[in-house]
Amino acid sequence: MITEKIFDKLKILAESAKYDVSCASSGTQRSNKAGTIGNTSAWGICHSFSEDGRCISLMKVMLSNNCIYDCAYCINRRSNDHPRATFTSQEVSDLTIGFYRRNYIEGLFLSSGVIRNPDYTMEQMIAAIKHLRVRHRYNGYIHMKVIPGCGQELILESGRWADRLSVNMEIPTEENLKYLAPEKNYETILRPIRMITEKISENREDRRKFRKVDKFTPAGQSTQLIVGATNDNDRTVLKLASRLYTQRNLKRVYYSGYIPVNDYDRRLPALKVPPLQREHRLYQADWLLRFYGFSVEDIVNDDYPDLDLALDPKVNYAFRHPDMFPVDINKADYYMLLKIPGIGPRSADLIVSSRRHSRLNSDHLKKMGVVMKRARYFITCNEIEAFRKVRNLNPEFVRQLMLTGQKSSDAVQLSLFKSADILYPSLK
Amino acid sequence: MTILGFDNSFDGFLTLVFESYRLRIVPDVIARAGENQSWLFSNLVFIPTEEEKADRVWRKIIEKTSKENADRIYRVFVSEVPESAKMIYEFIRLMNEKPYNIEADFSLPPVLAISKLHMKVAREADRIRMFTRFQKTAENSYFAAFSPQYNVLPLIIPHFSDRFADQDWIIYDLKRNYGFYSNIEETVRISFDKLPVNPVTGQLEEPYHDPDERQFQTLWRKYYESITIEPRRNYKLHRQMLPKRFWKYLPEKNCHGNNSQS
Repeated sequence: MITEKIFDKLKILAESAKYDVSCASSGTQRSNKAGTIGNTSAWGICHSFSEDGRCISLMKVMLSNNCIYDCAYCINRRSNDHPRATFTSQEVSDLTIGFYRRNYIEGLFLSSGVIRNPDYTMEQMIAAIKHLRVRHRYNGYIHMKVIPGCGQELILESGRWADRLSVNMEIPTEENLKYLAPEKNYETILRPIRMITEKISENREDRRKFRKVDKFTPAGQSTQLIVGATNDNDRTVLKLASRLYTQRNLKRVYYSGYIPVNDYDRRLPALKVPPLQREHRLYQADWLLRFYGFSVEDIVNDDYPDLDLALDPKVNYAFRHPDMFPVDINKADYYMLLKIPGIGPRSADLIVSSRRHSRLNSDHLKKMGVVMKRARYFITCNEIEAFRKVRNLNPEFVRQLMLTGQKSSDAVQLSLFKSADILYPSLK
Repeated sequence: MTILGFDNSFDGFLTLVFESYRLRIVPDVIARAGENQSWLFSNLVFIPTEEEKADRVWRKIIEKTSKENADRIYRVFVSEVPESAKMIYEFIRLMNEKPYNIEADFSLPPVLAISKLHMKVAREADRIRMFTRFQKTAENSYFAAFSPQYNVLPLIIPHFSDRFADQDWIIYDLKRNYGFYSNIEETVRISFDKLPVNPVTGQLEEPYHDPDERQFQTLWRKYYESITIEPRRNYKLHRQMLPKRFWKYLPEKNCHGNNSQS
């Protein structure tokens, strides 16, 4: 029987957890084992979408929103006067299984405020996921937060039961973290991240050597960075993210545009709207780092320490390197194709496999899903005239064209020719 | 006009392809049995299924392209989109004419057409995996019913059989009036003459629900409402990710379970 109390607790503890942006249920493929309920899918499955457009994959709740800390950016800081609740481990476990069996969710995302101390909190969280795994014989996805400052053996224990662990960095520089969260320090955050990385690679080694070794955190670890709560620029954020990817093998770094939950705190900027556009550009840059072969310096550097909010980072890269464009679609290698605005890994794959048989024209490209609206300034193929390209039109002019959005194609045609006339009168 | 007909099975279709080569007939229309038969009085040749001939065509597709491509073709076929049979037929013709593997040559219209239809079918299958909602029944089993755009149940059943291995469940296609029943031992195809189900929402009639079912639906709706971050509200994106035609089946978008606890 579901009591009134459960309704209230779920409401409070979901509201407290929702600011954590991570929701992925991906990273590990595991079939059902006889006698258990559930499996995990390598790509993850979303089960619903909230009215802010975000995917709902996992039941994202806090075990408790009581917290001994007083971090300026956090809704659950101890000095906030708002409703508090704590689940028992069985309540979390029963709710998860009830939702899972109805196919509402892909699994559980369990976080918590710090109750009493980090060790005590971790013990309670482990009890909840252990209940789910052992009592309900649950074989689905679990993502658990690691509370910075907890003992090493508790991290080891969590990694036995959870698919993914995450330690949130929250603030991109130590100096600013100390300013906003004086009770936290980088060492207690970086130590568990390093330890999880080492354990995962040790575990991989062991499983190669011995037959019966349980997996440790099979879906890897992730972290979250809050952007816009401090004066850290995008270069700082992306450099940190890149180090976490290359040196610590993180699966994902999440960027969370700061939402002014505690607008009374003078240490925080007074934002009217959260920096959602900046967050969006950071995710684009993150994808360029992970899947497109870009380096941090390609995207942000001394001259451009922040991302352009108006146009995406790939277009900006192309504007800074007009000498590399236009690219010949029928000749360029895969990585060069990926550098072209409007072309992603999927269309680059299709281009490489199709052009073996026939020369491609813009019609083919459109059908393959290339966004010609962007790509056309940066490519040549059979029939697009070469002079209408970024190199000849000059980056600033193309930038204006892309920004005005090209409402009427006639007007664009006209202005393109006009500019070509001005720049290259002899072409006529 | 030449019309070749088959029994609507995949093997039947492959046999048809075999026979069209053997008889040197290129059909103008390929008719599935049970399809709207406005050509009833014209010269329809019905091709009976022969497994051996079907096998040879299937192996040929794998040989000239790849197993992945053959599977893709199968998925496009079971979608039951009217023009899919003709599309696949043209693909096989081209596949035999060209000296190379055409599966990735998107400058050929049938290749691109199949790839596009496959994407649509695969997306619908994904959405069914995402948006299927089981209702717990009074008999401790789980029930879901809805009307998918394409006939995707055969594609998604293995996923549910694996995931919900320890529970009895039924997934039912209301539009095509068939479904699958699964228990710990096996998964079988079923069809009901009369279901105690609301044909629009797929909700079971009240006496068939587990006593806690409505409360669970309400609980899920409350969770769903709590998770939205107000300053981020983005209705357009929401509609794009969660198409409106699915809303009627989703407890979080409805008050199927309202009253008691709200």
